[in-house]
Amino acid sequence: MDSLLLNAVIYLAAAVIAVPIAKRLGLGSVLGYLIAGVVIGPWGLKLITDVEAILHFSEFGVVLLLFVIGLELNPRRLWQMRWPILGLGGGQVAGSTLLLTVLGIVLGWPWPVALTAALGLSLSSTAIALQPLTERNLLTTPGGRSAFSILLFQDIAVIPMLALLPLLAVGPAATGQGEGWIGAAKAVAAIGIIVFGGRFLTRPLFRMVADTNLREIFTAVALLLVMGIALLMQLAGLSMALGAFLAGVLLAESEYRHELETDIEPFKGLLLGLFFTAVGMSVDFGLLLSQPVKVLAMVLGLIAAKGLVLLVIARSARLQWSQTWLFVFLLAQGGEFAFVLFGSAAGFGIMDSETVALLTVVVALSMATAPLLVVLNDKLIEPRFVQLDDRPHDVPEDEGNPVIVAGFGRFGQIVVRLLYANRIGVTVLDHDSEIIDTLRKFDFKVFYGDATRLDLLEAAGAAKAKVLVVAVDSQEASLQLVDLVQTHFPHLKIISRARDLPHAMELLNRQVPVIERETFRAALHVGEETLKALGQPAYAARQKALTFQQHNQALLGQLHAHWGEDMEKRISLQRQARARLQQNLEADEKAQEAARGLGWD
Amino acid sequence: MAESQDTDKPKILVLFAHPYPHMSRVNRAMAEAVRDLPHVTVRDLYEIYPDFYIDVKREQALLTTHDVIVMQHPVYWYSCPSLLKEWMDSVLEYGWAYGTGGTALQGKELAQAVSTGGPDEAYRADGYNGITMPELLRPFERSAALCGMTYRAPFMLQGARLKKAEEVAAHAAAYRRWLLDYPHPKTCPGCAAPEVPATDR
Repeated sequence: MDSLLLNAVIYLAAAVIAVPIAKRLGLGSVLGYLIAGVVIGPWGLKLITDVEAILHFSEFGVVLLLFVIGLELNPRRLWQMRWPILGLGGGQVAGSTLLLTVLGIVLGWPWPVALTAALGLSLSSTAIALQPLTERNLLTTPGGRSAFSILLFQDIAVIPMLALLPLLAVGPAATGQGEGWIGAAKAVAAIGIIVFGGRFLTRPLFRMVADTNLREIFTAVALLLVMGIALLMQLAGLSMALGAFLAGVLLAESEYRHELETDIEPFKGLLLGLFFTAVGMSVDFGLLLSQPVKVLAMVLGLIAAKGLVLLVIARSARLQWSQTWLFVFLLAQGGEFAFVLFGSAAGFGIMDSETVALLTVVVALSMATAPLLVVLNDKLIEPRFVQLDDRPHDVPEDEGNPVIVAGFGRFGQIVVRLLYANRIGVTVLDHDSEIIDTLRKFDFKVFYGDATRLDLLEAAGAAKAKVLVVAVDSQEASLQLVDLVQTHFPHLKIISRARDLPHAMELLNRQVPVIERETFRAALHVGEETLKALGQPAYAARQKALTFQQHNQALLGQLHAHWGEDMEKRISLQRQARARLQQNLEADEKAQEAARGLGWD
Repeated sequence: MAESQDTDKPKILVLFAHPYPHMSRVNRAMAEAVRDLPHVTVRDLYEIYPDFYIDVKREQALLTTHDVIVMQHPVYWYSCPSLLKEWMDSVLEYGWAYGTGGTALQGKELAQAVSTGGPDEAYRADGYNGITMPELLRPFERSAALCGMTYRAPFMLQGARLKKAEEVAAHAAAYRRWLLDYPHPKTCPGCAAPEVPATDR
């Protein structure tokens, strides 16, 4: 039996079964992989036993993850982030290390052990924290950005930490120092090679490979690049992930960025999954079962101590409460770097193997709890804080504004700006607190709240207003709002944005008087500009676009009459309509041509 | 070319109004014939304002920097194309072109270059239209007068749709010549605009 093939089948099967289930249960993919790992690992079905090797191999997923993240951050943006990275990251690592060292000394460890343990435990798991952030598209929110800054700092901080270990070792300090100098030189050389190569060598190389038009060779070069950098960093005793990140940043401005991203993406996803699975497998349940109280207390203590530091940082960074908790829960666990650091510390004789095993199980367990805490936050904590603590639904002052606009995204904004420009009072409702804060700075009157709540509509003056503009993103909320208003405020004229055809149909069902399909006119205009680009006179192109629009509007009515019917009928209706449109356009053309004989000359 | 670049040539603004220039023979040929003249600016109104929303400030600025305005268009339904009327309605503002303080166009000249489908016999008191061209174009003449502009008799091609290609080409060439030889309003003797009483402007 080919064991590589067998192992691959086991991993893939476990992932394919566990991840969709976890996702469906709302637990997120990371937890799915972890559970899969526990099940197939040495403490579950014992299908896989060589956990160490797998963990080491799959760490490459983290390397790829950081490479891809680097691709999305060009040097300029990274430079802009320097203060959050130094401030938040420095604060977190220093604060956590200090607090955890004290706790270690209280536990009775000698200070070098306590300090080493604290250094390792202060680091969080980049992979575990970033996966939920990217999955939910939260990397650009203040909470997400802060978390990312800290993770980045930690990736950098692990280098001096590893360099510090020889100094903590009781014993031949002299050789350690000597190696430290050589190590520093090696590190500088490695980073220099990456910066130089990234700037000057990779682009010609990629161009050459891209010119061969062999897709798989391009993929091979991309993987080779990342693996090569990882190897280089390892040789220099640096963090592989940091090197990959650096390479990503340097390539962020190259024209091959998107190709690199799409090529690396599947490998990243699978290897990262494997990494989480390996973490699940590496939880030493034996140790947990023999000293359950001690291990669990240490896990809780770790999360509480780091959480406390993070909470202080989040508050001083003025994060909103709703984001604070996610930020805290994402970063309060231990991380994969701890394994590296503790392994190295054991090598220097700072820690005995028993302590290392204990700390490893604590870190692994804390990593496993992180996704659980995130789920807990989603289900229980965040909703409460969104509603109660930070920002209660604003009570809009009833200013007797004639217009209420629900939804202040890219669509509603334009509507509101036009109205404001014409000095028409508008009451705006939106439920994205961040948008609201930004817009208030620009003197827009925006109120935080869920427009589908009757009390909020009342407070917004729905009884006195004349027009309601429904510009919310969610189709569900849009229809809910329309129903609510039609029941309670039948006098309000509703003007609604429709996201697509089915949504427009739903709005037509409700007899909403004005329905505007959000992309229709923009697309029509692009069509018109295309006609012009092909040499048609502007007025003729405009007339053609308007003819099309009129025809399409009529079609919408016909489609609506048959909306409940089967697909086939609708398709034939659309086909007929297309033929009719063509006839109409041709007839127009003829009419214009006839006009030539009638005096337009 | 013997066309001199006299500095005392009037600056001429041609307001070209034709909704279907790609189907036109006469007016398109005319516009093309004068487009390259250095002292002439051709504004293709239907190309610039296909949705009939006119940049009033821009148009007014152009009027200020020109001495002669030529409205070039086919006569349709006994008038100009609708966009040109819209142009007049919105650009010739009260207080700018006429009325109190409305002196921006004073001393300039308005001319027309028109084509008609019907032959010239139709535009006589005893023709089937029962009206002469000067009578038909009275609204433009009056508009010019109200703005303190001189109005010049139109450059015309009648029975345009029956003209042969050579005749169209000759007309376009004549149009070019007409604009080249156009006298400066300042040097035009006896072309002073008829006065409109200040109280009625």
